[in-house]
Amino acid sequence: MNKSKFKKITSARLFLPVVCLIAVLLINVIKTPDFFNITIRNGVFYGYVIDVINRASELVILAVGMTLVTAASGGQDISVGAVMAVAAAVCCQILSGGASSVTAYQNSLILAVIAALLAAALCGAFNGFLVAKLNIQPMVATLILYTAGRGIAQLVTNGQITYIRVQSFQMAGGYIGKSPVPTPVLFAIVTVVIVALILKKTALGLYIESVGINGKAARLVGLNSTMIKFLTYVICGVLAGIAGLVASSRIYSADANNIGLNLEMDAILAVALGGNFLGGGKFSLIGSVIGAYTIQALTTTLYAMNVKADQLPVYKAIVVIIIVTLQSDVFKKFIESHRSKKVSVAAEGGQK
Amino acid sequence: MEQNIVLEMRDISKNFTGVRALSHVDFTLRKGEIHALMGENGAGKSTLIKVLTGVHEFESGSIHMNGENKDIINHSPQEAQTNGISTVYQEVNLCPNLTVAENLFIGREPRNKVGMINWKEMNARSAKLLESLNINVPPTQMLDECSVAIQQMIAIARAVDMKCKVLILDEPTSSLDDEEVEKLFVLMRRLREEGVGIIFVTHFLEQVYAVCDRITVLRNGELVGEYETKDLPRVMLVAKMMGKDFDDLADIKGNHKDKKMFSETPVIEANGIGHKGTIRPFNLKINKGEVIGLTGLLGSGRSELVRAIYGADKADSGTLKVNGKEAKISSPLDAMKLGMAYLPEDRKAEGIIADLSVRENIIIALQAKRGMFHPLSRKEMEEAADKYIEMLQIKTASRETPIKSLSGGNQQKVILGRWLLTNPEYLILDEPTRGIDIGTKTEIQKIVLDLADQGMAVTFISSEVEEMLRTCSRMAVLRDGEKVGELEESELSQSNIMKAIAGGDDKNE
Amino acid sequence: MMKQKKKMTSSGFLLLITIVLFFAMYAAGMVIFADKGFAKPQMFLNLFVSNAGLLVISCGLTIVMITGGIDISVGSVTALVCMVMADLMENKGVSAYVAVLAALLIGLAFGVVQGFLVTYMGIQPFIVTLAGMFFGRGMTAIISTDMISIKNELFLKWANYRFYMPFGSTNKKGKFIPAYIPPTVVIAIIVVLIIAVLLKYFKFGRKLYAIGGNRQSALMMGLDVKKTMFRAYVLDGFLAGLGGFLFCLNSCAGFVEQAKGLEMDAISSAVIGGTLLSGGVGTPIGSMFGVLIKGTISSLITAQGTLSSWWVRIVLSALLCFFIVIQSVLASAKKKK
Repeated sequence: MNKSKFKKITSARLFLPVVCLIAVLLINVIKTPDFFNITIRNGVFYGYVIDVINRASELVILAVGMTLVTAASGGQDISVGAVMAVAAAVCCQILSGGASSVTAYQNSLILAVIAALLAAALCGAFNGFLVAKLNIQPMVATLILYTAGRGIAQLVTNGQITYIRVQSFQMAGGYIGKSPVPTPVLFAIVTVVIVALILKKTALGLYIESVGINGKAARLVGLNSTMIKFLTYVICGVLAGIAGLVASSRIYSADANNIGLNLEMDAILAVALGGNFLGGGKFSLIGSVIGAYTIQALTTTLYAMNVKADQLPVYKAIVVIIIVTLQSDVFKKFIESHRSKKVSVAAEGGQK
Repeated sequence: MEQNIVLEMRDISKNFTGVRALSHVDFTLRKGEIHALMGENGAGKSTLIKVLTGVHEFESGSIHMNGENKDIINHSPQEAQTNGISTVYQEVNLCPNLTVAENLFIGREPRNKVGMINWKEMNARSAKLLESLNINVPPTQMLDECSVAIQQMIAIARAVDMKCKVLILDEPTSSLDDEEVEKLFVLMRRLREEGVGIIFVTHFLEQVYAVCDRITVLRNGELVGEYETKDLPRVMLVAKMMGKDFDDLADIKGNHKDKKMFSETPVIEANGIGHKGTIRPFNLKINKGEVIGLTGLLGSGRSELVRAIYGADKADSGTLKVNGKEAKISSPLDAMKLGMAYLPEDRKAEGIIADLSVRENIIIALQAKRGMFHPLSRKEMEEAADKYIEMLQIKTASRETPIKSLSGGNQQKVILGRWLLTNPEYLILDEPTRGIDIGTKTEIQKIVLDLADQGMAVTFISSEVEEMLRTCSRMAVLRDGEKVGELEESELSQSNIMKAIAGGDDKNE
Repeated sequence: MMKQKKKMTSSGFLLLITIVLFFAMYAAGMVIFADKGFAKPQMFLNLFVSNAGLLVISCGLTIVMITGGIDISVGSVTALVCMVMADLMENKGVSAYVAVLAALLIGLAFGVVQGFLVTYMGIQPFIVTLAGMFFGRGMTAIISTDMISIKNELFLKWANYRFYMPFGSTNKKGKFIPAYIPPTVVIAIIVVLIIAVLLKYFKFGRKLYAIGGNRQSALMMGLDVKKTMFRAYVLDGFLAGLGGFLFCLNSCAGFVEQAKGLEMDAISSAVIGGTLLSGGVGTPIGSMFGVLIKGTISSLITAQGTLSSWWVRIVLSALLCFFIVIQSVLASAKKKK
C-alpha cells in the first residue's frame, strides 16, 4: 500500500523537477543559512532568493519557447542565445540611431521594441521553415543561426557595444517606478501566464502534443503538422527576442558577444529537468519553469562556491548527460530488466 | 523420409505475451522447389519466417536442415545467413548509396595482402555473378539508380553468392510491374534448377500459380495444410486461407436478409480516382445509409482505395463528388470538412496518439475540424468523452487514462468514438475489428449497422468474409491494386466472394 | 539512361559545384585584389597554412557525418587541447612531446565517451556533443581563464619550421622569395590522404558508408553496426585532438575563447564539400575543398579591408544554409521519383 503510494508520487510528472529544485535549495540553505531571508532595502526586495528569481527571468522565458519547440519537433533550437543578441542589437541600434552611446532616445521606444521582436520572429520563422518545411534536423537547422546570429548582431551594431543611457530603457532590467519587485521577474511571469493562457484558451497545446507524439495520426485527424511545428519555432523566436530585450536592458546596452551567451544550453537543460522528454510529445510548461529556476539556483550556488562563469558549462554539461542518460531507452530497459529480475527473485523467495 | 529435404520445421509454437502466434506448425521445404507460404493477416506467416531467421525466439519445436538430426536455432538474421538461410524482403535491405558490386560484397570484400579492398576484383567478380544470373546491370552503378526489381535481384544474387540453401522471398513483388515480376520469376526458376529451396511469401494468387510447386497455408497461427499447387484450385486456396472448407460454403445469406433498402442518394461518387503506384483509377458510388464492403486479399489495394478518397494519399487523377458537388481534397482536413471520417488500418501507427488521454483522443478530430481558435471547453470535452465511453462501452479506468494503457479493442472504440463525434456523413472503417476479441467485434459490427440505419454511408474493409457478409449490403472487389468488380446484394455469398477475390480463369477447376 | 544522367546530379553534383565555386572565388580574388597578392603562390598555400587544423578536424567530422551522426564538440576540444598543451609546457614544465601525447589522449577520451553515449546508450549525437562542447570549453576555463602563450623552444621550433618550395614569387626589388609550408600543412595533407584511402579502400570505411546509407540494411547484411559507429566517433575524437595540436602550432597559445565556432566551420566545410547531413555520402577530399572555400572567403574579406571579420561567419552560414537547402530539395525530389 505504502509502496504503491510512493510509486505514484515518484512517477508523477513534476516529481523530478521539484526534487531537483528542493535539493539545490537545501544545499543553498546549508551553505548560506540566510538564503531565504528577504529584506527591503531602498524600497526594493533584497535577498538571495530574490536574486535567483530575478536572474532566472530570461532563462524562464527561453525555456517556455524551448519546451514548445521540443514537444512539437522532437529537437531543440540552439540559436536562442544568438537570437537574443540579434533582438538586443536591433532594439539598441534603433534607439541610438547609430551612435555608440546616447543619453536620449533617437527613435521611439515602441518602434524599437516592435522591430526587435519582428527580427526575432523572423529568425524563428527561418528556423521553422528549415525544420518544418524542409525536414532538416532541428539542431542542424538552428546551428546556422547559432553561429551566424551573433555575427548579424555585430553587423547591426557596426561591431560596437551600443549604450542606451536612458532611465526608462533600464526599467525592463531594473525596477519600474517604486515597484519593489525586479521587472524581469514580472516579464517572466507575464510571459509564462500569456503562453499558458494561449495554450489553454486555444487548442494549440493539444495540437503540439499530438504532432509530437504521432505525426501520422495527427495528420489523419486533420492537423497540419508543418504549420504547427513552424508556429512553435516562431513563438520560440519571439520569446528569445523578449529575453534579449530584458538582458539588454539590464546592461543598458547591446553586447552582441555576451547577451544570451550559453543560455541555449541552460534552456535545453531546463526543459529536460522539467521532466520533458527531449524526443518530443507531452510537455509540462510549469515543469520547464521550475527547471529554469533550479538551474539559476544551481548557477548561483556555483558562483557562491567561487566557480567562474566560464567554468559553469562543465557542471551543466555533466547534468545534461546524466538526465538524457536517465531518459534513454537503453537505460530504461536496463532498469526494467533489473527490476523484473528482482521481482522474480522476490517471488521465488516468497514461495520458499 | 525424403532424401531431398533441405529444411524441416516441426511443431513450432510461439507466444507473444500470452497470445498464441504459432501453434504446432510444421513446414517442410525440399531442394529445388518454390514453396508458397500463404495466409491472411495474423495467420502467422511472418512470425514463422521470423522464427526461422532468428528475429524471434520460439517456445517449442525444432528446426532441422539438410535432413541432419542437428537442431538449428538461429539467434539473429546474420546467424541464419551463415547457416545458409537468406531473406530478401519487400523493402530491399541494401544500401542505396553504394554501388551494385559493393552491395553484393560488403562485409566480405576481396582484399589484398595489406587488407585493402581490391575494387577491380570485386567489380569483376560482381560482373561474373550478375551475368551468371542473367541480371543486366553494370556492377559500378549506384544502387539507387537501379529499379526496384533489379535491386530485388541484386539482393537475391547476394544471397546466392553467400551459398544459401534456403532463400526466403518476403513479398518481393509488391512494388514490381508485370514485366519485372516475370524477370524475377525467370531468376527464381533458375535457382530452383540449381537446387535452392525457395520460400515465397506473396499475396498475389496469380504469381503463386505461376511459379510455385507447393503451397503451405496457415490460418490463425495454425497449419491448415500443405498442398501441391496443381492439386489445389484457386477458389479452394482462398477458402483455406479464409477458413471455410469450400464444400461447406452453404449460403448463409439468410442472416442478413432483413437489411432495409437504402435510398439512391449518392454521398460519394469517385470517377477515375487513383494514386500512382498504389491504386489504379477506379469508379465508386456510395449511397446514403449504405454499407459498402471492400474485399480482396491483403495488399490488393483495399486501404489504398479509401486513402485516395480521404486524401491521406492525395489522389493524382480523377474527380470526386461529395453530395453531388465536385470536391477538391488535398489533405485529410479537407475530407473531414466534407463530412468524411477515416479509421485507419494500422491502429498503433496511424490511429491512437499513445500518450494522450482517452478524452483527448476522442475530441482531437472534432477539435482539428473546428480549428485552433475555437477550442472545446473542458466541460464539452468531458461530456463528449463520457458520452462515447458510455455509448461504445469503452472499458477504461477513467477518461483521463492514457489510451496506450487500454486494450486493443477499447483503443479501437475510442478511435471510432473520435470519428462519430465529428458527426460524419461518410465513415471509412479499415479493418476496424482486427486483433480484437470476439465480443467487441460483434459490438462494432452492430454499431456499424445502426449508423447505416441512421443514414450514414459506410465503407467497411475486413479480411473476414463472414463479418463482411453480416455488415455489407454491397461489395467492391479488389485485386492487385485494381478495383475489378462489384457484387450486388443479391450476389453476396461466401462462394461468390471467394471466386471474385481469387479471380482469373481457374485452370485447375 | 535518362535516369542515370539525372542521378549524376545528386551525389557528384554537389561536389562539382563546390570545386567550381572554389576556383571561381579564387579567380575572382585574383582579378579584384590583384594588388593584394592573390596571384602569388604563397597566398594560395596560405589557405592551407591557416586552416591546417581545420582540415584535420573536418576529416573527423566527415567520418561521423557519413554514419549519419554529428559532432559539435570539436571547437571546444581544440580550445581544451591548446590550453592543456600550453599549461603543461609553460606551467608544469613538461616536454613538448608529452604535451602532444596529452593532446591526442584528450581527443581520444572525448571520442570514446561521446561514442559510447551515442552508440551504446542511443542518445542523439547532437545532445551528446553539445554537452561535450560545453564541457570542453568549461574545462578550458577551469585550467586557466587567462591566456597562456607558449614559449617552449622545441614547440616554437616546430611551429616556425618551413619547408621551402622550388617555386615562389619575386618581390619589388626583384629578389626571389620561395613559397613555403610549415609542418602543420604536411601533417594535415597526410591525414586527408590517409582518411581518403581508409574510407575508400578499407572495410571500416565502406561499413561507415553502408551504415549511413541504411542502418537497418547494414545490420541485416551482417555488419557490426554499433562497433563501427563507436570507432567512427573515437577516430573523430582523435582527429579533433590532432587538429587541436595543429591549431596550437598556429596560435602558440591557449585561451578560453580559442577556436570558438570552429565546429561550425568544420560542419559547413564538410557539407559544402558534398557530405550529406543524412549520412551515407561524403569524402575527405570534398571536405578539403569545403575548407579551402572557407579560407578563400576569409582571405577575400580580409583583402577587402572594410568589412568586419563577422562577415566570414555570416557568409559561411549562408553558404551552409544554401547547401543544406539544396540537399533537402534533392532528397525530396529523389523520393518523389
